[in-house]
Amino acid sequence: MSEGAAAAAERVARDSYGRLVARLAWQWRDLAAAEDALSDAFAAALRHWPEQGVPDAPEAWLAAAAQRRLLHHARHTRLTQDPRVTALLDEAEPEAPERQAVPDARLQLMFVCAHPAIATHVHAPLMLQAVLGLDAKVIASAFLVSPAAMAQRLVRGKAKIREAGLRFEAPEDRELPARLAAVLEAVYAAYTLGRHTLDSPAGDLRDEALFLARLTAQLLPAQAEAWGLLALLLHAEARRAAQFDAAGRFVPLSAQDPNAWNDELIREAEAALWTAARLSQPGPFQIEAAIQSAHAQRRTTGQTPWSAIAQLYGVLVQHHGVTLGARVGQAVALAEAGEPAAAVALLDAWPGEADGYAPYWVARAHVLGLAGASGRQAALQRAIGLTDDPRLRDFLVAQLD
Amino acid sequence: MQFMIIFKETTAEVARRDDPAAAPAYWGAWQAYVGALHGSGIVVSGNALQAPRSATHVRVAGGKRQVQDGPFADTHEHLGGYFIVETASLDVALEWAARAPCASAGSVEVRPVLPPPSNAPA
Repeated sequence: MSEGAAAAAERVARDSYGRLVARLAWQWRDLAAAEDALSDAFAAALRHWPEQGVPDAPEAWLAAAAQRRLLHHARHTRLTQDPRVTALLDEAEPEAPERQAVPDARLQLMFVCAHPAIATHVHAPLMLQAVLGLDAKVIASAFLVSPAAMAQRLVRGKAKIREAGLRFEAPEDRELPARLAAVLEAVYAAYTLGRHTLDSPAGDLRDEALFLARLTAQLLPAQAEAWGLLALLLHAEARRAAQFDAAGRFVPLSAQDPNAWNDELIREAEAALWTAARLSQPGPFQIEAAIQSAHAQRRTTGQTPWSAIAQLYGVLVQHHGVTLGARVGQAVALAEAGEPAAAVALLDAWPGEADGYAPYWVARAHVLGLAGASGRQAALQRAIGLTDDPRLRDFLVAQLD
Repeated sequence: MQFMIIFKETTAEVARRDDPAAAPAYWGAWQAYVGALHGSGIVVSGNALQAPRSATHVRVAGGKRQVQDGPFADTHEHLGGYFIVETASLDVALEWAARAPCASAGSVEVRPVLPPPSNAPA
């Protein structure tokens, strides 16, 4: 096979997979069938392009091939009775549509994937597969689920979409904030889990999540939380390279050299946060992004504004639901701001659900150390036993007395 | 459901047990992991095993007995220990498997325990 054709197919796959699936799924009201047809179309492209050359409009070629596939399938099913389909059958070999004619229905697809009728833990996996075409095996590894179980969950999710007849349309204005929150949560989950798929053929899942966050903000520019999530992920992304030293050892945020942070990404993050702020719709992702923005200040001032960070976490905990992560962040910020006793009290108030949460024990060890209180060693032991990141484990083991 | 979590270590990882420079970190990580696992309340039973060189292998081939000390020469991953855990789902067992120190230096196998046949004598 000619390398040019294969590379072209791969490029088109990456650029247009989500657009094509979204458009076909929207037309046919069937996500699973759209995915099957498109994967057949890609297989056909890999056969034909090396011999016949890459078409001028590869995306349109793929859309037409997948469309034919769906029509062919429709002839053999009950859909043949559907006047909408029979009308299409008359021109079963439509001329390739212009590239511009492909509507960007990815956002609608994301809303369907994060529909309240679908189990919350399936939102992010479904989105990664439907919009980006990621393999179930790669998704399973990121979410630490057996590949067979993940494949089954995805199939069930798609069946639900078909059976419930979930409409491939953007939600109405009044339900938009709640539905958007589910979409953003799923994108955020994909990013936080991304660090586990370093060897996946999909590259890094964080890149894919960032792509989805950018897409959401671009397509819904009046939604502040979409910009808030983008700002949050960009700040995290800016520090990605600084998280590990040349020898691959973990470097905690407070020990990172701010000069190793990515300036361009920080600027983009700050711009996104400004865009969000001008919309005057406060929300949890904007506050999380503001916290990361405060950390980024160390790059220019040399200081971390811990009191401000503690206050921001306080707002997050008070107004946007108490998550364990926010509590842990608040306690660390309080301790760093010179109130270690208050920080210990805060952590003491959450023993139950924190049991299996590694960051809680990392924070507890750190805060107890700052407070000069006993129990640091035991908390550190617990953190080591609960972490699944070997680089973080090595870092923590080195802190043992 | 009961699952067996089976720890498999590479030869290099096993060697850390006896390396004075690496042993404290090796045992520290395992001790913390086993402590957290016991703390979770899902452990039914389990054991760590002594080094693979302490093993004795028995095989009967063509009616002839072969007894050999230590691991087979071509073995690259060694059984280091195991736990039987009782969890609601495979997902939880996988979470604990991923936390094992040898998940990043070897592998961890998770398998459901075969329930006894229902017609087994009591």
